[in-house]
Formats: sequence, structure tokens, C-alpha cells
Amino acid sequence: MKNRLKVLRAERDLTQADLADALAVSRQTVNAIEKGKFDPSLPLAFKISRLFNLPIEAIFQDDEEA
Amino acid sequence: MKSITLLCVNYTLHYIKRYLQMKKQNWNTQLRHNTRQLAYWTLAWVASMALASFGPKFIWQENLPFTILAIVLNAAFGVGMILAYIRHTKSMDEMQRKIQLEAMGIALGVGLVGGLSYALLDTTNVISGNADISVLVVLMTITYLIGIFIGQMRYR
Repeated sequence: MKNRLKVLRAERDLTQADLADALAVSRQTVNAIEKGKFDPSLPLAFKISRLFNLPIEAIFQDDEEA
Repeated sequence: MKSITLLCVNYTLHYIKRYLQMKKQNWNTQLRHNTRQLAYWTLAWVASMALASFGPKFIWQENLPFTILAIVLNAAFGVGMILAYIRHTKSMDEMQRKIQLEAMGIALGVGLVGGLSYALLDTTNVISGNADISVLVVLMTITYLIGIFIGQMRYR
């Protein structure tokens, strides 16, 4: 699954650590999600969506659709 | 008007950063606290295991009530350690839990297969002497640690 997390984070001038703190996860987890190595659960995806005030599909794209 | 908007944005950013700092402290503090608790329980369990193993011979000269008490104490610390491990796992995030789950799955599989093979070696007299449970514990512990290391590397 691809995502725009890194771009969205950079646009808001947040570090990985800032984002990790806001989501109550480790910085390693944010890094793994950004690199596409780990797909977040639906609750975490909703949390990310709320944080950036964007719909989930604007942040995450299925590999087959992209 | 522009300066008021800028002031509002700055205030909002300041508020978000303070909120983030508070959340960071809460989440990290909880994880650190639970990790420390797990370390204490593990230490107590290992110490009580040593006491129950060597106490009968070197401290209370095979006195049965003391031996039973030491074994019960060891089991009680073991239960405490398991509960501390559950709390520790619950305070992790979902990726850390996934790494733990995969490592535990591998350790369980290797322990089961390796343990049964080792028992077969004993029952068929391929190895001299009796199979020792500590070999299985060491095997599972090493496999678990390798599993954690591989998991950490994979999601780096």
C-alpha cells in the first residue's frame, strides 16, 4: 500500500518524532509506514486521517489502484 | 488582519506542539514504566529460581517446607512476570506488537519441533544422558531474540 504520509508531514513541518507522538506510536513505526514496509490498522489510518484532516483515500492508495 | 491571522496560526502551532509534548510524555512514560516493571518481575523470577534450585542443598539442608515455599514463591513470581509481560505488550504500538508476535511464533515453533526432536534423541538413546529442559529454554530464548532482531531490521 502506498501513502503520502511523508509529503503531508513535510508540508506541515512535522518531524517523524512529532507525528509519532501525535499518533501515540514509535518513531520507527512512522518510518516503516512512510516507507511502505508496514500497513497501519484501520483505527490508526483513521487517526492519521483525522490528524491531517483528509479522507483516508487521500493519504493511502492501494497498490493495484495506483 | 494579516498579522492577526499569523498570530492565530502561531498560537495554534504552539498549542499543537505542547499537546504533542504532553502525549509523548504519557505514551513513552507508560511504555518505559511497563518495561521497567517487566525487568523487575523477570529479575525476581530468576532470583527465586536460583533460590529454589540451590537453596535445598546449600541454605536449608533439604528442609521440605522451605523447599515447597521456595517453589511456590518462584511460581508466584512467574505469574507476576507473565502479567507484567502482558501489560508491557499492551503498551506497545501495533507494529511493535507484530514484531513480538512473529518472534514468539517462531520461538514457539522452534521450541516445539526442536524440543520433540531432542526428546526423541533421548528416548531412542541416540544421546547419552537425559534430555534437559534448560536446553529447550535456551533454544527458545535465543530463537525469540533472533526473531526480535530480524523484525526490528525488517521494519527499519
